[in-house]
Amino acid sequence: MKDLSLHILDIAQNSISAGASKIGISIDENLAANTMAIGVTDNGRGMPAEVVERVTDPYYTSRTTRKVGLGIPLFKQNAEATGGSLQIDSEEGRGTMLKATFLHNHLDRPPLGDMAGVMVLLAGANPEIRFVYTHRIDNEEYVFDTEEVKEALDGIPLNEPQVMRFLKEMINENLTAIKAR
Amino acid sequence: MTKIKSLADLRNMKADLQSKIALREKSDNPEGLVQIKVAMATCGIASGAKEVMEFLIDELDKRNIDAIVSQTGCMGYCYAEPTIEVTLPNQEPVVFGYVDSKKADDIIEKYIKTGELLEGIIPVNYEKID
Repeated sequence: MKDLSLHILDIAQNSISAGASKIGISIDENLAANTMAIGVTDNGRGMPAEVVERVTDPYYTSRTTRKVGLGIPLFKQNAEATGGSLQIDSEEGRGTMLKATFLHNHLDRPPLGDMAGVMVLLAGANPEIRFVYTHRIDNEEYVFDTEEVKEALDGIPLNEPQVMRFLKEMINENLTAIKAR
Repeated sequence: MTKIKSLADLRNMKADLQSKIALREKSDNPEGLVQIKVAMATCGIASGAKEVMEFLIDELDKRNIDAIVSQTGCMGYCYAEPTIEVTLPNQEPVVFGYVDSKKADDIIEKYIKTGELLEGIIPVNYEKID
């Protein structure tokens, strides 16, 4: 994976496969403490404890089209390379929470990448799922909630290309704004 | 300072969007839609499926081709990622491998517009080695 946003796109597919109707994606940049935390929380079907233990094993996968599952192991490896870690909490029938922490200024921390593009692709391809993306940089915060977007659109599909282009610009401008403050 | 875009701006775009959609629906025949699925599992994403999907959404819109671009999981062709499955109206789905923006452009211009087959098709009877 070239950047963290692609990891998020990948991990979010797990939540979609788990039948989630709401997926929260959070990025917390604490520059004073020099940390960056990425969280993906869903209300999908969850996993039993013995599966949670095995998902970080690259030779474990729930799918049948191939024998390896590298999404979570690669994310974990990237987090650990910076001195960070990856945790998963899951409860059957309730959902799953995955959190990866990175050392913000570590040389091996991949760049964040195109979060706006990732959010718009996820929201456009999964119109029935509510995505809430929260990005914090120290005390500044931006929240992108597809429920609010749908309300503003009032029946116009979110995956209309012109809408997707607008949303991408909107997220980018807001992220730039909280970065500049 | 320039104003930051907000959902209020999106509300203001509604009328414009609605007329655009209405115009398209008038000429619409539901069977005439091209369906494209982009494989977006770890293997696809790591190989550039996101760029391919963004390219397809933008270019099909610019070239006025009515299409639904959606995501799917790993189809088991990890070696050939990014892969996309294209279903033309009333035809069997065709899976293309090693798709980048240039290949996607070829697929739109040749396969989608004229039905001409291209290199890089993964045959349906392909079986992976276990």
